[in-house]
Order: sequence, then structure tokens, then C-alpha cells
Amino acid sequence: MRHSPRLIAIAALCLAALPALADKLRLPATPNAAWQEECTSCHLGYPPSLLTAANWRQMMGSLDRHFGANARLDPGTRDQILVFLEQNASTKETRQSPSLRISETPWFRHEHDEVPARAWSDPAVKSAANCGACHRGAAKGNYDEHDVVLPVAARR
Amino acid sequence: MLKQALVATLLLAALPVAADTPQQLIAGYAAQAASNQPGFVPSAERGRQLYMNRFALADKMPNCAACHTEKPVAPGTHVITGKAIQPLAPAANPERLTSSSKVEKWFKRNCSEVVGRECTAAEKADFLQFLANGG
Ligand code: HEC
Ligand code: HEC
Ligand code: HEC
Repeated sequence: MRHSPRLIAIAALCLAALPALADKLRLPATPNAAWQEECTSCHLGYPPSLLTAANWRQMMGSLDRHFGANARLDPGTRDQILVFLEQNASTKETRQSPSLRISETPWFRHEHDEVPARAWSDPAVKSAANCGACHRGAAKGNYDEHDVVLPVAARR
Repeated sequence: MLKQALVATLLLAALPVAADTPQQLIAGYAAQAASNQPGFVPSAERGRQLYMNRFALADKMPNCAACHTEKPVAPGTHVITGKAIQPLAPAANPERLTSSSKVEKWFKRNCSEVVGRECTAAEKADFLQFLANGG
């Protein structure tokens, strides 16, 4: 096989971009089974790396009052899920959320600063927490830029 | 050793009857209901009323049908998050009503949110009968 200089140049550029790729958002490769069962039933599973361990501890301590829903669990299941969340949590200050909402962290605001305001209020979106309305691969933990679609009404 | 075996047996006996079919679940709740309502028989019609009744405690989720749609054989949508919910009726979704702990967990959550209290054993038997009949 012969490689054109152009291809080699592209390959080199890709390699150079690797450190950035390593930082890409992913779900843990083997998610905890209880988390999979309990934390993906009302909404998609939010990647544990989007909040800090302290945020997760606080959230898991008040599941009966969970963003307007009752997500209460038996203590054994709750503790098991908390360990998984803590182990995969972020240590970055930009991913710390006083409201416990991922959609209100400085990190989230920064990643979405170019998203038009009307996209958030689109009826197909309902809520900034509805990641899957725009990120088609979100349920599988894929948030790649190339897989983003804005809801129709917001695309004018 | 003997003591451990005894404890294990007691624990097993204390577990809710390992029900894994809709009929077993209904029979379990009906038996519970009959202990204070002798002669209780589950009614799909009363179950339908519970499913459709607009308690309207929370404006986004006035009734069970708000998320599960008016037809339990149809897929629903979570009214707050927008996530798709598979149909509740076993005829459309064989995984439904096959785990007593799962059913009990969702009755606890959804009844407290929609009805404002836990559902009674009689209400649960009626509701499951309604689902088992396919709505
Ligand atoms: C009974 C339904 C239910 C269950 C079960 C549930 N949640 Fe939620 N969750 C919600 C609702 C409703 C919201 C608010 C969504 C909105 O505002 O759009 C929410 C929001 C969230 C948010 C904030 C999203 C944001 O950025 O605004 C996180 C994080 C979260 N849930 C994590 C979890 C975890 C972890 C579990 C498992 C322990 C869990 N949820 C289980 C209903 C549930
Ligand atoms: C209204 C549509 C919309 C919603 C809802 C939304 N996003 Fe995004 N998101 C976007 C768009 C558009 C971009 C691309 C922004 C850009 O590159 O300029 C983006 C970018 C991102 C990126 C960066 C991707 C990359 O490859 O650089 C991440 C990570 C991300 N979003 C995560 C989330 C998470 C997690 C949620 C839910 C808590 C969410 N998004 C909800 C539209 C949305
Ligand atoms: C806010 C939305 C919402 C409302 C309102 C709601 N449910 Fe649910 N229900 C859910 C979700 C989410 C699940 C679990 C999703 C899944 O397993 O796919 C569920 C699951 C269930 C299950 C579990 C069935 C099984 O075997 O898997 C039962 C039973 C149930 N709901 C009964 C009710 C009853 C009774 C009401 C009204 C008093 C009600 N629901 C109202 C969202 C809702």
C-alpha cells in the first residue's frame, strides 16, 4: 500500500489531537448494574464524570426529593450506586454544581455557549437536562460534536 | 452452623412470595386485600379508573396516563424528562409485571407522586388486573 503525503499529514494531525481526545466525555466502560437499572429509567444515564463526588453524595442523600421526582432507593442499592458514582466523579471545580444540576455547571455553560437560546426552549427539548434531544448518541454516552442535531424549530 | 441455617430459612420465608408472572402478582395483592375486605375480587374496571382518574396534585403529572398514555399497550413518555417509556401492559411488553420488587418500587414512587399517598393492596390488584387484560 502506498500512502500519499497528504494522508500522512492528516494522520500526524490526528495524533497531535490525541491528548484532547483522551479528555472526551464517556460513560464508564462497565457501568455498575444497579446504576444501569435505577438511574436510567426516568432519564438517560448521566455520565458520573460530569459532577463531583461531593455533588453525588448530596444527591444520593436526598433521592426522595430529586428534582421534583421521588427516586427513593433502599439503602443497600443506594450505597452501592454511590460508590460507583464517587469512583467515576470529576475533581474539576468547573464540574461542581451547587444546584446539583449538570446543566448548570460552568463546564456545561462553556461547552454550550454557542447554542442559540431558542434551542433550549424548543418543545422537543423541554429541558437542558434532556441531552438526548440534541445529542443523538447520548443514551450510549456519545456526545461527539458530529452527532449533535438541534431540534427543527431551533435551526432557522 | 445450625443457627445460621435457621436464620437463612427465616430470611427466605420472610421474603415476599417470589412472584414472576402477572397472575401471581395479582393473586398476592388480592390475598392481602382480602384480609381486610373479605371476598375481595380484583376488578379491571376499577383499575382503569385509577389509571385514568385525574388526581391533579402535580400539574405535570395529573394521572398515571400522563406518562403511560391512555392506552397501556402504547409506549409512553416521561412528562418531565421526555424519555420514552416502554408500554406497561404485558401483552405489549413481556418484561412487565415479572418482578414483585420492581412493581412494588414503582407503585411506591408513582402513587405517592400522582395520588399523594401509597396505593392500597386492593388498588394495586385492580391496577395490575387492568394491565394484564391489556387495558
Ligand atoms: C423517578 C424518576 C427518576 C429516577 C429513578 C432518577 N431520576 Fe434523576 N431526575 C429525574 C427528574 C424528573 C429530573 C429533572 C429533569 C429535568 O429537569 O429535565 C432528574 C434530574 C437528574 C440530574 C440533573 C440533570 C441536570 O443536569 O439538570 C441528575 C444528575 C440525575 N437526575 C441523576 C440521577 C441518578 C444518579 C439517579 C439514580 C440514583 C437518578 N437520577 C434517578 C427523575 C429521576
Ligand atoms: C439544545 C440542544 C442541546 C442539549 C439539550 C444539550 N446539548 Fe450538549 N451540545 C449541543 C451543541 C449544539 C453542542 C456543540 C457546541 C459547539 O461545538 O459549538 C454541544 C456540545 C456538547 C459537548 C462537547 C462535545 C464536543 O465534542 O466538543 C458535550 C460534552 C455536551 N454537549 C454534553 C451535553 C450534556 C451532558 C447534555 C445534557 C446534560 C447536553 N449536552 C445537552 C447541544 C445540546
Ligand atoms: C412522571 C411519569 C410517570 C407517571 C405519572 C406514572 N409513572 Fe409509572 N412508571 C414511570 C417510569 C419512568 C417507570 C419505569 C420505566 C421502565 O421500567 O421502563 C414506571 C413504571 C411503572 C410500573 C412498573 C411496571 C413493571 O413491571 O415494570 C408500574 C406498576 C407503574 N409505573 C404504575 C404507575 C401508576 C399506578 C401510576 C399512577 C398512580 C403511574 N405509574 C404513573 C413513570 C411514570
